[in-house]
Amino acid sequence: MTINKSIKLNARNITSDEYFYGHKACGGCGESLALRLALKVLGDEAYLSLPAGCMAAVSFIYPNMAFKNNAMITPFASTAAVATGVAAGLKALNRKHLSVGFAGDGGTADIGIQALSGAIDRGEKFIYICTDNEAYMNTGIQKSGLTPFGASTTTTPAGKVIRGNIKPKKNMFEIVAAHGIKYAATASVGYLEDFMNKVQKAKEADGPAYIHVFSPCPTGWGHESDQTIAIAKEVVDNGLWYLAEYENGKFSLNKKPDLSSDIRPYLKGQARFKHLQDEDIQIVEALRAEKWAQMLAEWQ
Amino acid sequence: MKNFKRVPVPPLNHINDYPMGSSCESFHITDQNSGWRVFMPVINLDKCVSCYRCYLVCPDGAIHQNEDQKFEIDYDYCKGCGICANECKINAINMVKEDK
Repeated sequence: MTINKSIKLNARNITSDEYFYGHKACGGCGESLALRLALKVLGDEAYLSLPAGCMAAVSFIYPNMAFKNNAMITPFASTAAVATGVAAGLKALNRKHLSVGFAGDGGTADIGIQALSGAIDRGEKFIYICTDNEAYMNTGIQKSGLTPFGASTTTTPAGKVIRGNIKPKKNMFEIVAAHGIKYAATASVGYLEDFMNKVQKAKEADGPAYIHVFSPCPTGWGHESDQTIAIAKEVVDNGLWYLAEYENGKFSLNKKPDLSSDIRPYLKGQARFKHLQDEDIQIVEALRAEKWAQMLAEWQ
Repeated sequence: MKNFKRVPVPPLNHINDYPMGSSCESFHITDQNSGWRVFMPVINLDKCVSCYRCYLVCPDGAIHQNEDQKFEIDYDYCKGCGICANECKINAINMVKEDK
């Protein structure tokens, strides 16, 4: 199916073909949903580079191969370097294919950040999609640079004195935008039409493009597997995550949340935040207020 | 719509039955995921209004529209996570305990 650029993508007009099927991700995995829908938008002309992470582990289980696209596993630190190498190779062969890197939050914000920074700096045409589930889930829920304040992981366990992670989340979207990238956006699997249209914009961008998609992990976060979409929607509605874009040197916000809303239902629905006390929740609220004051002042 | 043919199970009795080398052809899928399920989703087609919501939100892509424009679930690959039943606004999908 060819996609008319003037029409917004939705469930009815995306292709009915599947490009990611029969994989072994946990039931209710938000990351595999983001990957499935991104591939539906990108089509089978996309060449995928995936580092060692959940999405590589669940699809390349010998002798299974869950992708329809050409896909390969890269060293952990070099997703973006491999993706731009593939893009250069395709250019040399005069093919119109698209090179796409898919990495988790650890592979993007911690281990792969220098390769990503270099690749954006070179200005190659490629797409980088970061599926953010807020910890190293594949190796057993260790803290990453994108783990939020207060979350209990196996390396930041909740105890009597220190209650979970003591650092706030790294501003990965702004770090990428600071390179002067052609297109960058944040998304959430709670707003799937928005995510698909951002992938389409990234596909059409004339240069590197980056999408940061918030994708809940039932195993690591300790919530029911059927709540994945509801949690990803709630986090945008209460302002703990934001939908924004960076284009032509300007930031824009796509959705304004209700900043007075109670964040307790969101936090208490997940085992990783269950231990938080009132004073910790006040810190989370203060971090939210600080972030939004800055975004509302500078991004519109 | 699933656009591949599953390799029959079990094709892997001898080392020569396995794909050679460190790469293999795309959509080389040899087994099912149906054994993961505790509850199975069942679509009530009398209630269903074909809003495409379950098809969009399924992480496994296991829900698709058949030739009669009705939605059906591929029970070989459904893991029973329950997202479709939770997201269905008119409650046309019920989670039923597997009777095994």
